[in-house]
Amino acid sequence: MPNESKSDELKQDELVKIDYKPPKKDWMDTPVHFRHGTYIYPAKAKNLTYLGLPNPREWSPADEDWKLPDNWKDIILNGMKERLDKYRSFKVFMDICVRCGACADKCHFFIGGGDPKNMPVLRAELIRSVYKGNFTAAGKILGRLNGARGLTKDVIKEWFYYFYQCTECRRCSVFCPYGIDTAEITMMGRELLTLLGCNVNWVIEPVANCYRTGNHLGIQPHALKDMFEMLLDDIQDRTGVKIEPTFNRKGAEILFVTPSADYFADPGIYTCMGYLMLFHELGLDYTWSTYASEGGNFGLFTSHEMIKRLNAKIYAEAKRLGVKWIIGGECGHMWRVMHQYMDTMNGPADFLEEPVSPITGTRFENAKSTKMVHITEFTADLIKNNKLKLDPGRNDKLRITFHDSCNPARAMGILEEPRYIIKNVCNNFFEMPENTIREQTFCCAGGAGLGTDEMMEIRMRGGMPRANAVKHVHDKHGVNRLTCMCAIDRATLSTLMEYWVPDVKVTGIHELVANALVMKGEKERVVDIRGEALKEKKGEDNVR
Amino acid sequence: MKLINILSEKKEIVLKKWFDKIAASYPVNAPSFLKNQKNQFANPVGYTIEETIEAVLDVLINEGTDKKAQEFLDRFVQVRAVQDFTPSRAVDFLFMLKQLMKDELKDELQEKGMYEEFLLMESRIDRMVLASFESYLKYREKIYELRVNEFKNMAFRLLERANLTFEFKDDDPAFEKDVSDSDNVK
Repeated sequence: MPNESKSDELKQDELVKIDYKPPKKDWMDTPVHFRHGTYIYPAKAKNLTYLGLPNPREWSPADEDWKLPDNWKDIILNGMKERLDKYRSFKVFMDICVRCGACADKCHFFIGGGDPKNMPVLRAELIRSVYKGNFTAAGKILGRLNGARGLTKDVIKEWFYYFYQCTECRRCSVFCPYGIDTAEITMMGRELLTLLGCNVNWVIEPVANCYRTGNHLGIQPHALKDMFEMLLDDIQDRTGVKIEPTFNRKGAEILFVTPSADYFADPGIYTCMGYLMLFHELGLDYTWSTYASEGGNFGLFTSHEMIKRLNAKIYAEAKRLGVKWIIGGECGHMWRVMHQYMDTMNGPADFLEEPVSPITGTRFENAKSTKMVHITEFTADLIKNNKLKLDPGRNDKLRITFHDSCNPARAMGILEEPRYIIKNVCNNFFEMPENTIREQTFCCAGGAGLGTDEMMEIRMRGGMPRANAVKHVHDKHGVNRLTCMCAIDRATLSTLMEYWVPDVKVTGIHELVANALVMKGEKERVVDIRGEALKEKKGEDNVR
Repeated sequence: MKLINILSEKKEIVLKKWFDKIAASYPVNAPSFLKNQKNQFANPVGYTIEETIEAVLDVLINEGTDKKAQEFLDRFVQVRAVQDFTPSRAVDFLFMLKQLMKDELKDELQEKGMYEEFLLMESRIDRMVLASFESYLKYREKIYELRVNEFKNMAFRLLERANLTFEFKDDDPAFEKDVSDSDNVK
C-alpha cells in the first residue's frame, strides 16, 4: 500500500499497482500484532491472587506496555533452567528436532490460516531459539546462524500469541518421527508465561473456581442439585421414568465424575441425561459428588503443579466416600490427565479396587492402576454382553458421523468403543475421510482454553479442516448430527457447525444411548431426549 | 475469434497463474503448501481456491450464470473472512484475475472489437467482486452473531438450570386459552 502522506505524489499508474504479497521477512523479525478476535483476554488479578500465582495485575495484550515485573528476564531464564533440569522430555524436545518438516502442515491452525508460526516446528522454535541462545554453547557463539536469539519483550508477546493459538491437540506429534510432543512444549511455554502473570482469564477463572468450589463455574452444592432436578424432570417428562440419583453418598460402589458442562450447558445436558438414565436402568450402586463435580482440569493449560492441585480432589473424594472405583464421563482433556498424569501425580490409589463391572463381571485391567474407567468402555462392555435393551430405530431421523475428540483418541487410544456404541444405538452412521479421524482427527480448535467467544475468528479458522470433513459427509450422505465425546467439543463444535455446516447439530454419545435405551416402566416414547419429535415410530422388530 | 475462446485456450495457464497469485497472498511457507498438497482434506484452503477459480473461469468462458460463480465465491470468501486479511485483501483475488488477463492477453486485446469484449467481461468480474464483498460482510457479521449467541446461551442456561427463571412451556394451559379465544374472534 502506498504511504498515505505521499499518495498525492503518485501517478495514476502507480496507484493501481497493488502488491498482493505479504512482506517477506524472517520469522524472528516479524513481531505479532494483537488484533481483536485473535487473542484471549488476560487473567484477572483476583483469580491469580486466589491461586497464589505471581504478578497479578490489570493489563491487556493489545497494550504496548504489559507491565512485566522488572526482573522478568531472570524469571523466564531461571524458570527455563528449572524446567530443563526437571523435565527430561522438555530438554530432549529442545535438542532433537531435525526440522524434517513432517509436522509442518499438520496443525489445523496452519492449515486453516497459513500463519507459518502455527507450523508446529516453528511454534516450538519460538522457545527453542531462546533455549539455544541462552543454554547452548553453539547458540551463544553462532547466534542466528544456529537458530538462536536473545530474550526480549517481543518474544514474550510472541509466546503469548502463539502458545494460546495451540490447542495442545497433539496431531502434529502423530507425524513426528522423533515423537516430539509439541503440546508439551506449549505447556512449558504457558508455564513460563504464567510466572509473569501472563495467563488468560478463560483458563485461570475456571481454575480458581475449580480450586475453590469444585467446578469451572463455581456452582455450589445446592445449585448443582437444582440443576439435576431440572434434568430429572425433563427425563420423567420425556420417558415417564422417575430417577433419583444420590449425591455425596458414602459407601456407594462407584463414584461418577464428569465435566460440569454436562449438567449446565447445551447440548451436554442431554449426554448427562443419558448417564442418569443408563445408571438408573442398570440399578448401579453409584454416587455423584458436589465436591469432585468437575472432570475437566484447566490446570492442564496452566502448569503441572496446577494439574496436580485440581486433580487431587478426585481421589480425595473417592477416599472420603469409600467407593471401590471410579467411572468418568465424556470429556476430552480430563482423560489426558486421568490417563497420563493422575497415577503418578496423585496416586497410587491403593485404597481403591481394580474396577470390575457389577453388571457383566468384566474386569477393566487397563484401569488397574488408576482405578478409573471411561464411560464408553463401561457401556460398550454392557452392549457386548447384551445387558441393554436398545431400539436404534429411535435415532433414525439422525444421520450420524463421529468426531474423535483429540485427547481420548490420541492420548488414550479410545477409538473402537465409541464407534461400537454408536453402531448399536443408531442405524445411520457414516465415517468422515480417513485422514481426518482416529489418530489423525482434526481438533475442534477450541480446546486447551481457547474456546472463548473473543477468540471466535481464530476458532473458526482453526476449526475449518474439521468442519470441511463434516461438510463432506453432510453433502455426500446427508449427515445431520456430529457425535463426539468431549464437553469442550460439544460446546465449540456447535458454534463451528453454525458457521461452516449449519444443518449439522452436535451430540454426545450417551445422548444417543438415552434415545435408544428401552427402560423398564417407560411410557411410549414420542419425543427424543431433547423433547423433539421422534419422526420414526419404534417397532418391536427394531428392538435388539 | 472471441475473447471467451481465447480465454478458453489459455485457461490452464490463467488458472495456474491465478492460483499462484492467490497463494502468494498468504505468508511465507503457506504458498508452497497450498500449491503442493493436493488432498482436499489435508489442504482444504488450497482445494477451495482451486475449486473457486475454476468455477469462476468456467462461468466466464461458458457464459454461465453469475449465481453459479457466486456459490463458489461465497464459499471461498467464507474462508477468507476468518483468515488474517483486511476486508479489501479478503476480496481482492478477483482483481488479480483482471490484471492477469491484461498481462496474458496483451496482444489479443489489441485486435478489433476485443477490448470492448474485455470491458464487458471486466464489468462482470466487478459484479462478482461486489457479490464477494456482500459475502464477506455476511460472514463477519456471522462471527459476531456467534459470539453473542454463545454468551447469551450460557447466561440463559445457567439461570434456567439454577431455577432462577420461569419459561412458558408449549403445553401451558394459558396457550390453549389464547388459541380458543382467537378462534372465537374469527
